[in-house]
Amino acid sequence: MAEKKLNLTLKIWRQAGPNFVGNFAEYKLAVSPDSSILEMLDDLNNDLENKNLEPVAFESDCREGICGTCGLVINGQPHGPIPKIATCQLHMRHFNDGDTIWIEPFRAKAFPIIKDLMVDRSAFDRIQETGGFISVNTGSVPDGNAIPISKDIASEAMDSATCIGCGACVAACKNASAMLFVSAKVSQFALLPQGQPERYQRVQAMVKKMDELGFGSCSNTYACEAECPKGISVKNIARMNRDYFMAKVKTENVES
Amino acid sequence: MGWLYSALSSSIGKKFVMAVTGICLILFLIIHLINNLTMYGGPELFNTVVKNLDIIKPIVRVIEAVLVLIFVFHIFNGVKLWYENKKARPIGYTVNGSSKNSDITSRTMIVSGSIVFIFLIIHLKTFWVSFNLGHPLAEEHQYYEIVASAFSNWIYSGLYIVAMVLLGFHLNHGFQSAFQTFGWNNNKYFPLIKKLGLIYTLIMVIGFASIPIYFLFFYGGNV
Ligand code: SF4
Ligand code: FES
Repeated sequence: MAEKKLNLTLKIWRQAGPNFVGNFAEYKLAVSPDSSILEMLDDLNNDLENKNLEPVAFESDCREGICGTCGLVINGQPHGPIPKIATCQLHMRHFNDGDTIWIEPFRAKAFPIIKDLMVDRSAFDRIQETGGFISVNTGSVPDGNAIPISKDIASEAMDSATCIGCGACVAACKNASAMLFVSAKVSQFALLPQGQPERYQRVQAMVKKMDELGFGSCSNTYACEAECPKGISVKNIARMNRDYFMAKVKTENVES
Repeated sequence: MGWLYSALSSSIGKKFVMAVTGICLILFLIIHLINNLTMYGGPELFNTVVKNLDIIKPIVRVIEAVLVLIFVFHIFNGVKLWYENKKARPIGYTVNGSSKNSDITSRTMIVSGSIVFIFLIIHLKTFWVSFNLGHPLAEEHQYYEIVASAFSNWIYSGLYIVAMVLLGFHLNHGFQSAFQTFGWNNNKYFPLIKKLGLIYTLIMVIGFASIPIYFLFFYGGNV
């Protein structure tokens, strides 16, 4: 079957390791419009391997937009030009024959490059460890509907909980701030009864860790919301600001 | 008090300082504009208003001192944030896609702020120093004439108008940004806050910039 292929020029960031100097390498290839951008990179890597060249290192796992592992900056936009999708969901039909596509890794001091397009996002795990959970006593299963909660609030908490931890918010922010991610993780519990006991402790601990890890400060450009594959709202940041303020005002803890 | 210092120097704390000082300056501008608009009432009205401020000089001095402090905090904190935020991304992107995901005024607060700051220094030199530190016309309470002669200068008036437009960019982002920082973002009232910010900004820019335009074009060469 004769399929119309797109002839593309790719400019891909190649960097041998964390302490190497990186540069763009140029590749020309023909790709099916039905292919995803990661499948295109798979093709390219097969090609490179056949020629005994080093394949391009990039990350992916689920390839259906739910795990948050993938993440490339495509023509200056994290996860590419189409809103509310992850890199793995970006198909080549959104590009035109003859296009040049620039592919870069997420860039932030807190996300050091491991190799080529792979960055180390374990800073997010460090933040999560300080409060992105609720402490529960294990025991018998609680009764269903034992905790009353309105549908509206439950939905809002669910919206916050859809953050897949991909890091595109940091990549998009001119300050490399992690506020959108952290605020989503703070909000998903702050909205629910189960999150109340540790509410103020959580927000203070997570913000403190975020600051320590070298992320920038939020300056409300809202680029994060625009690039987030899950459409996490900056209202979460407002909620976190409010909670942080209340934590400082209400609690007697002078340590955190 | 260590907790307070650490709270205010956290990333959210610094934003909070920016927002609080910013709101104070937003309020100050309203008073400043009202004062300026009395110029449309003619030399007599304006000169009397300024002269009457002389009577409450001690209070004015205290307010001025507080204003200076607010400015210093706002500027110092803003520059510090800008510098730290630059360091959070040591290697930038080759292709810059920021125009596709954010508003230019939100990304250029340091630029609009710096130009307004330079303007502020010149502005203080032109008016505050003349009004307060023994300009011969000020001795005779001829404040209006000082303003008229300053604005008869094309370069100064041009700079003034440019600075007001940049101040507008700064205010338009800053206004809603302050409310977001306070956590007052909600589907019902945030759109209102944004509109209010735009209206406020337009009033400020048009109000302030109208005065040099008036002196340049309508006051007519009798200076
Ligand atoms: S908030 Fe959005 S962009 Fe940021 S990590 Fe979560 S899903 Fe990714
Ligand atoms: S690979 Fe899982 S979200 Fe893209």
